Amino acid sequence: MKNRSLVSINDYSQEEYLRILDLAAEFEKQPVQDLLNGYVVATLFFEPSTRTRLSFESAINRLSGRVIGFSDSNTSSATKGETLRDTIKTVSNYCDLIVMRHPLEGSARFASEVSGVPVINAGDGANQHPSQTLLDLYSIRKTQGTLENLNIFLVGDLKYGRTVHSLLMAMSKFNTTFYFISPDELKMPNEYKLYLDNLGLNYYEFKEFTDIIDQADVVYMTRVQKERFSDPIEYEKTKNAYVLRNSMIENAKPGMKVLHPLPRVNEIHLDVDNSEKAYYFEQARNGVYTRQAIISSILGLK
Amino acid sequence: MEDMKDRTHLVVSAIKEGTVIDHIPANDLFRVITILGLNHVDNQITFGTNLESKKLGKKAIIKLSGVFFRNEDINRIALVAPQAKLNIIRDYKVVEKKVVEVPDEITRIVRCVNPKCITNNEEIQTRFTVVDKTNVSLKCAYCEKITEMDNIEII
Repeated sequence: MKNRSLVSINDYSQEEYLRILDLAAEFEKQPVQDLLNGYVVATLFFEPSTRTRLSFESAINRLSGRVIGFSDSNTSSATKGETLRDTIKTVSNYCDLIVMRHPLEGSARFASEVSGVPVINAGDGANQHPSQTLLDLYSIRKTQGTLENLNIFLVGDLKYGRTVHSLLMAMSKFNTTFYFISPDELKMPNEYKLYLDNLGLNYYEFKEFTDIIDQADVVYMTRVQKERFSDPIEYEKTKNAYVLRNSMIENAKPGMKVLHPLPRVNEIHLDVDNSEKAYYFEQARNGVYTRQAIISSILGLK
Repeated sequence: MEDMKDRTHLVVSAIKEGTVIDHIPANDLFRVITILGLNHVDNQITFGTNLESKKLGKKAIIKLSGVFFRNEDINRIALVAPQAKLNIIRDYKVVEKKVVEVPDEITRIVRCVNPKCITNNEEIQTRFTVVDKTNVSLKCAYCEKITEMDNIEII
């Protein structure tokens, strides 16, 4: 993994996922280390993403690295009309690693081709956000003790949700059974179902999940956004079916965990927060360890 | 040589050395010309279009004097003319026949269907892997979206 950019979750093999997760577990035990002393990491956020940027910067700071960068394109030279090519070629002279978020899809792959230093994709439009997927894998393995043979419920917007698509691709390497729970308008696209068919993996589609919740090892919630509906009446009718309440998970397995990439709006009711099954804030903390693992392994320090 | 007697036929049809590309769908003749860059070639080239064809309805044909293609170059036309056939001519005789094959990778010639792809927003050579050769579907190396046969636009 040394000196290799991380652009897409499909760039890493199953062994490489596990290596990152093992490293992340080490960082969880000892988050403060001197590994990045003397290193400069550029965080280039062409669109704002507070959570992802702070998580990366926290990871870098805890390893004693220095951060340069910008947090939205208004404060970068992109507003002066500079091409992404030129920005990356220039900035790669100033740092040892680039962490980039950009609204255009494929921008991270392109950046990795023109950059003199490795690039970590922190989200390129609706395409990929691999560090999110790796921290999801870490959270699943940590709570379930394994990644193999689990029943994963993916709930909400399965059509446009980048995180659920990447999670599906990654978990498909571990004999997962998937339960897709979404309104008709936001169903899992066919290309992903075909992908699972080709691997011989089982998946089921439902419109709601209260009756089958006892099957779940992990419930992965996503936001159902009003803008995604062509018919606002349809949204009003369906929105409550995709709001998770504590009463809905009472019959779940004791070890079942609820995950969410955050930010949450209203799709997980506050009464779930106090449940032992709620895991989304711990999941966010795992993001720091996972990013420490990704950074130190790409820089060849671990 | 027999057809030498027929002067009009000679000009249009016979070439001494070169390549004849047959069975091009008539509507795609100009896309084939663009893909092969024939508009920048100095050699003698003859085009025929709207010719009758049992297979295609109306077909086009290109005869190139003194031009021979490498397989990887000629395969680029497979995107628009998958049934095209090549006759390699030496000394007025067909010495070899070739069919085109859809290549594993397509560079430069196709535009990505995704308007939010970086290749449609900055000066970048496009690159695709061919994920389905029969129905021709192309996966963008950048945004990872699929461009289907129907949406293929030649740059």
